[in-house]
Amino acid sequence: MAELLDIADRVCSWARDGEQIEVMVGRSRDIEIRVYDGEIEKLSSAESAGVGVRVIRDQRQGFAYAGTLDVDVLEEVLADARDNAGFGDPDEAYGLAEPDGVPYAELDVYREELAAFPTERKIELAMELERAVRAADPRISGLEASDYEDGQAEVAIVTTAGLRITSRETYASIVASALADDAGETQIGWWYSIGREPGELDVAACAEETARRATRLLGAGKPASKRCTVVLDPYVTSQFLGIVGYALSAEEVLKSRSLFADRLGDLVASPLVTLVDDPRDARALTATAIDGEGLATRRTELLAGGVLQAFLHNTYTARRMGTSSTGSAVRSFSTTPKVGPRALAIAPGTTSPAELFAGVDDGFYVQEVSGLHSGVNPISGDFSTGADGLRITGGALGEPVREFTIASTLQRMLLDVRGVGNDLTWLPGNAAGVTLVVGDVTVSGT
Amino acid sequence: MLDEGVIKRTLSAALRTGGDFAEVFAEDKRATSARLDDGRVEELSSGRDRGVGIRVVSGETTGYAHTADMSEDGLRTAAEAAAAAARGGGGGERIVDLTRVTAPRPNPVAILPETIEKAVKVALLQRANDAARAESAAIKQVSARIGDSRRRILVANSEGLLAEDDQVRTLLSVQTVAAGDTGMQTGYETVGFTIGWELFDRVDVEEHARKVARQALTKLDARPAPSGTMPVVIGPGGGGVMFHEACGHGLEADLVGKGASVFKGRVGELVASPLVTIVDDGTMPEEWGCFAIDDEGTPAQRNVLIQDGVLTDYMWDHLRARKEGRARSGNGRRQSYQHLPMVRMSNTYLLAGQHDADEIVADTDHGVYVKHLGGGQVNTATGDFVFGMTEAYLIEGGKLTEPIREGNLIGNGPEVLTKIDAVASDFAMGNPGMCGKDGQGVPVGDGVPTLRVTELTIGGTAA
Repeated sequence: MAELLDIADRVCSWARDGEQIEVMVGRSRDIEIRVYDGEIEKLSSAESAGVGVRVIRDQRQGFAYAGTLDVDVLEEVLADARDNAGFGDPDEAYGLAEPDGVPYAELDVYREELAAFPTERKIELAMELERAVRAADPRISGLEASDYEDGQAEVAIVTTAGLRITSRETYASIVASALADDAGETQIGWWYSIGREPGELDVAACAEETARRATRLLGAGKPASKRCTVVLDPYVTSQFLGIVGYALSAEEVLKSRSLFADRLGDLVASPLVTLVDDPRDARALTATAIDGEGLATRRTELLAGGVLQAFLHNTYTARRMGTSSTGSAVRSFSTTPKVGPRALAIAPGTTSPAELFAGVDDGFYVQEVSGLHSGVNPISGDFSTGADGLRITGGALGEPVREFTIASTLQRMLLDVRGVGNDLTWLPGNAAGVTLVVGDVTVSGT
Repeated sequence: MLDEGVIKRTLSAALRTGGDFAEVFAEDKRATSARLDDGRVEELSSGRDRGVGIRVVSGETTGYAHTADMSEDGLRTAAEAAAAAARGGGGGERIVDLTRVTAPRPNPVAILPETIEKAVKVALLQRANDAARAESAAIKQVSARIGDSRRRILVANSEGLLAEDDQVRTLLSVQTVAAGDTGMQTGYETVGFTIGWELFDRVDVEEHARKVARQALTKLDARPAPSGTMPVVIGPGGGGVMFHEACGHGLEADLVGKGASVFKGRVGELVASPLVTIVDDGTMPEEWGCFAIDDEGTPAQRNVLIQDGVLTDYMWDHLRARKEGRARSGNGRRQSYQHLPMVRMSNTYLLAGQHDADEIVADTDHGVYVKHLGGGQVNTATGDFVFGMTEAYLIEGGKLTEPIREGNLIGNGPEVLTKIDAVASDFAMGNPGMCGKDGQGVPVGDGVPTLRVTELTIGGTAA
């Protein structure tokens, strides 16, 4: 990481009078292995690195990046960023993050064990996963993929405002995608296991869940249209929260694109909903001690008992709205700092998923949704997605259903939360999952 | 981009562990973006990505390594890593002779975007902003973006192929937010082609911005979308993504080969209404998904996938075609040098039919007219797919009546294809798209004439 800091220091040292410069240097190393039918289908190894430079001068901002750390390119990137700064409109809120004294968390997110783990054993994990999924149920006809993937990433941020910080992390994951066949019908199901190093991966649990998700949809029919209660799988809840998180970004609020604008202090969700973003929670795969501007990440309570408490800020939005950054600048070296959640989680309830199902007289358990990008509008709040899952009748899970949609609005769904499970689950995205009961949703089928 | 001697030596190094096939893919991409938001030109950004990916195939195993270090040492290191991953039986020294492939470029570029002054780009964004806001006081927010990229690629492989392409793409996208008594609504539309700055000789920036403003304004009065099944008429141009999802992905040979497609084993069968002929065509001049060569060096082709309802062929990349001992179809694509190629669509469209577009609507008593689609998603194993409607209207008594709010439609590909009962003659291509598969995004195009599906499920909330 010293090398990344050196590069960032060097670019920063080229700053001219009256110029603010922020340099982000990133480097990552990844390996991806896919096994198919007992053979390695592909093994891809890669190292990538790059630098992004933001220049602010006369209240104008410019940015440039390059996917290399070659010395000759560094000068070109700075020159491009400088040139770009000449064409933006001035805004007095532009500026680098100032050191604010908030301490950086010590997070256990980098594991030396990963580098020592031999490639042959990574391949074996993917092979073992494929065998375990096949063995889990006779109706599993094959796998589309059985993947192992890991990586390590390091980043350095240096600014002329005096921030100089590095961070590094590792991760490892396995993912299986299985086909289940019965009476000429095929269904697909997938699941994963994630950790900071291969020792944390659970092949048996991943295989069992993959097979369960593929086989339990066999024989699924299309339900009749009606309004009813749906119970969201933790994975679906996490996708739902990701969209809510977008609307809680101060950038969207400032730019008249958030359904939560002007709602601070209002009851915007069921009292069962307390929502926190805490990138310092090392259980989140997206946990990090530093944000995209080099500030310490911190815990932000967004909703408490359904009442809107705060928005997420980076330095720019905080200046515009007269508050301080929540350390929520998100970016890679190829983009300027945006605003977003890193580790959202609903405070878990005390009820088990089984008890939640038992409380539903007539509804659906939603295992998976599709078309979140095409049928959900986080600005208007319109929500409509494809879904599959199981029918719930008289509190019991019943036959599988598919090819239907669930629809409501984000505003109403938050207010219609009737139950929060005790099964908080950390997932690959920027939000944790929990079983969530949402009342009064329109199901469209036949 | 790379010296031929270096390429040959790299391929030899890649084959040293006994691989059956080796490939060098080099890429040098520059992209610039100018964005206006909230009334200000917020940001101009320039980026450069260049590097080389090396693939070695041995039996059923593919090894891949990529590097941003384009020196001969860098390439050799990557070649050795890829070769180690795909260790074959043979080995030893193998010499590769390269023959340059020439493919017609479907994308002549008149004005390279890199020659355009940044001030000119900024001024265009201002014009879009002004025009959209002038449309109504209810327009509360406008963001506009101009993006252009130049991607030069070189592909060489151990079969002796050497091919290059220079792909220039330019686009303008505008998003608007309108606010009224019923809350906020949005408009969004992108216009773009695989051409240079001459895009703006043919695109009226102000008219594009006004159109996007009207999309948002119209929806302020929109009713909740209906819930349940009914006939759906898809408008010209705006609905190509339906076929991309309903059957396109299911006709990709990699998914078919693994049994993950409902269309497996169905070549030669009637899989759609006889009114349906679907083509995937990478040669379509200037369209968003066109190219001279795919990312494996195969010249782009026009491939008929479904002819008069009969499934004629799948789409193929090098790996899958080699395995089946057949010709590739020019569908081997990748996001960048950091990715392995796989089977991908290019420009996918439904050919025009004989019906009259107005008559199709007039002949529909009660249904939904989708003028503009958003994206979509498909489960290729079951064929169930969704696509979003970003601009849609109710059809009542054969006439378009009220606008409806956004939502997804859901259907099953093989069923929907057989339920198309009218295809009009007014074919049009749609807007530029980005197709995601297995974590990789590639630019694609699509197009349709007006058509009717007798039954689709509308995922709204109204009874």
